[in-house]
Amino acid sequence: MSIIKYGLIVFLSWMNPSHAGDALSPMLGNPLSEATIQQRNFTVFQNGQGLPVGQGGVTAGKKIYTSRCLSCHGFEGSGNSAEELAGALHRLTDNPPDKTIGTYWPYATTLFDFIRRAMPMDSPGSLSTQEIYDVTAYLLFLNKIIDHNQTIDNKSLANIKMPNRNGFINHYKNNN
Amino acid sequence: MKFKQIAGGLLDRRYFLKKSLVFSVAASIPAYLTAQTPLELERTQWMSEPGLGFSNYGQPSPFEKKTIRWTMANSHTPGNGVSWTPLQDLEGIITPSGLHFERHHNGVPQIDPAAHRLTIHGLVTHPLEFSIENLLQYPKISRICFIECGGNSNAGWHKNPIQTPVGNFHGMVSCSEWTGIPLKLLLNEAQLQPQAKWLIAEGGDASLMNVSLPIEKAINDCFVALYQNGERIRPENGYPLRLIVPGWEGVVNVKWLQRLHIASQPSMSRNETAKYTELLPSGKAQQFSFFMSAKSIITNPSFGHQLNRFGLYQISGLAWSGRGKITRVEVSADQGQTWLDAELQDPILSMCFTRFRIPLEWHGQAIVLSSRATDETGYVQPTRTELIAQRGRHGYFHYNAIVNWALSAQGQISHVYN
Repeated sequence: MSIIKYGLIVFLSWMNPSHAGDALSPMLGNPLSEATIQQRNFTVFQNGQGLPVGQGGVTAGKKIYTSRCLSCHGFEGSGNSAEELAGALHRLTDNPPDKTIGTYWPYATTLFDFIRRAMPMDSPGSLSTQEIYDVTAYLLFLNKIIDHNQTIDNKSLANIKMPNRNGFINHYKNNN
Repeated sequence: MKFKQIAGGLLDRRYFLKKSLVFSVAASIPAYLTAQTPLELERTQWMSEPGLGFSNYGQPSPFEKKTIRWTMANSHTPGNGVSWTPLQDLEGIITPSGLHFERHHNGVPQIDPAAHRLTIHGLVTHPLEFSIENLLQYPKISRICFIECGGNSNAGWHKNPIQTPVGNFHGMVSCSEWTGIPLKLLLNEAQLQPQAKWLIAEGGDASLMNVSLPIEKAINDCFVALYQNGERIRPENGYPLRLIVPGWEGVVNVKWLQRLHIASQPSMSRNETAKYTELLPSGKAQQFSFFMSAKSIITNPSFGHQLNRFGLYQISGLAWSGRGKITRVEVSADQGQTWLDAELQDPILSMCFTRFRIPLEWHGQAIVLSSRATDETGYVQPTRTELIAQRGRHGYFHYNAIVNWALSAQGQISHVYN
């Protein structure tokens, strides 16, 4: 709420963090075209929305993994300096638990999304869509989620039921 | 006036205040009245020569070189790691910007603000982009609040108490004054559609880090910060733009903020599924834990400090809660059997560091010092035993148990569990 006096806008409600959104806006945002949004939109949802058209397979994925991922993530997804991706020896209720893609990750779409965003760390963005699908397929194979001759694509990835799909409790929803 | 002294040597928190009102009545003849010859005036080296000239940007004293962030990164990928705030060397509630903790997933981008845009799209009527130049012209608010990594203090889950300075253990928390634009203002401009339930925030670094937040939090008190402690945000804290989500785990305070995707569902990104979720003994994991629960730590004295005299000390520490104001901090010197209220230093702000202090009379007694925070919701910081009974030992994130420092008869301090 405000009144205008001598060109000054006088706030009637005290500015504090909870009221701050009521402040007037100079409205300086620029409209965006659909094409620009598409170019900037990296989001992939667990239902597959946002996945680019494409497909990939285990054999090709193994080659990419060996040349681009293995130096940090180790032979068959474990043992080197980076995150353990596969080869869990313990269940989540064991001491210690092994939190791999196969034992912990609830959605396969997250794999494609994260690899496209951030991997490989020395050159993020350098894998093609095809290569990302390939290496995603290989990681699912290493975790015994798909067979060696199975392919994945932008339609099937969201339908893959990950072993820990129901392993999460929405703490926010339960406590608010 | 008599002061209550409880087990271990803690004194009533008003001790220092009252003590200063007691004047000495013992008269003595000042030395200058009895001296035979006039004494020479003292003059140090720095009183005897002109000092240094002006500087464009001030630096800490060269005698304070030890007050630095402790850095820890993966040797194969040096941009993936953490640096910790040296809480044991700091006082008050503001963390100097250069000592604010860091968590980067792939290094610190050196973003040219002229090339940076904030994009808002998804379930909005008007998808918009904002240049930094334009954002700088918006009405701003300032708020002093802490940011704590969800993984802070995770060594507390270890079987044996880690022996390391408090900053290397609990230093993934810092507190700054942040200044920026209420997110509500920008979301109103884009006009949220009724199905808008989540806001997916993304950073413009080499990890393109993204996380999902409930839209009500975004509208309620989130803001996009341009300034930290009065100056533009440092690159390692998100220059030119950072999301501030008061009281919630550090990872959602997205640095180098470039995109806000408004959606009806969370994206289920890596950092809200594989990471920043807490595995429970049942094998299920807590997701979207967000709030950083009340916590306190005695920062002085703490591990690495040495008490080298008998007499009066002031215990000093920090308390904070992601659910509001700190209402009480109690200190114990007898392994949590008896507790005494510490003095809470003004200002006491919601979702902000609160400094607490209490006097200790030490004459070589071996004691265990602990602090326990309560916030305005009535939540009381748990003991480690209580926390583990609830959460098991493999949750990794959101460790907020009471911290105990054992003070030996020799004045040395070690970390002990209760």
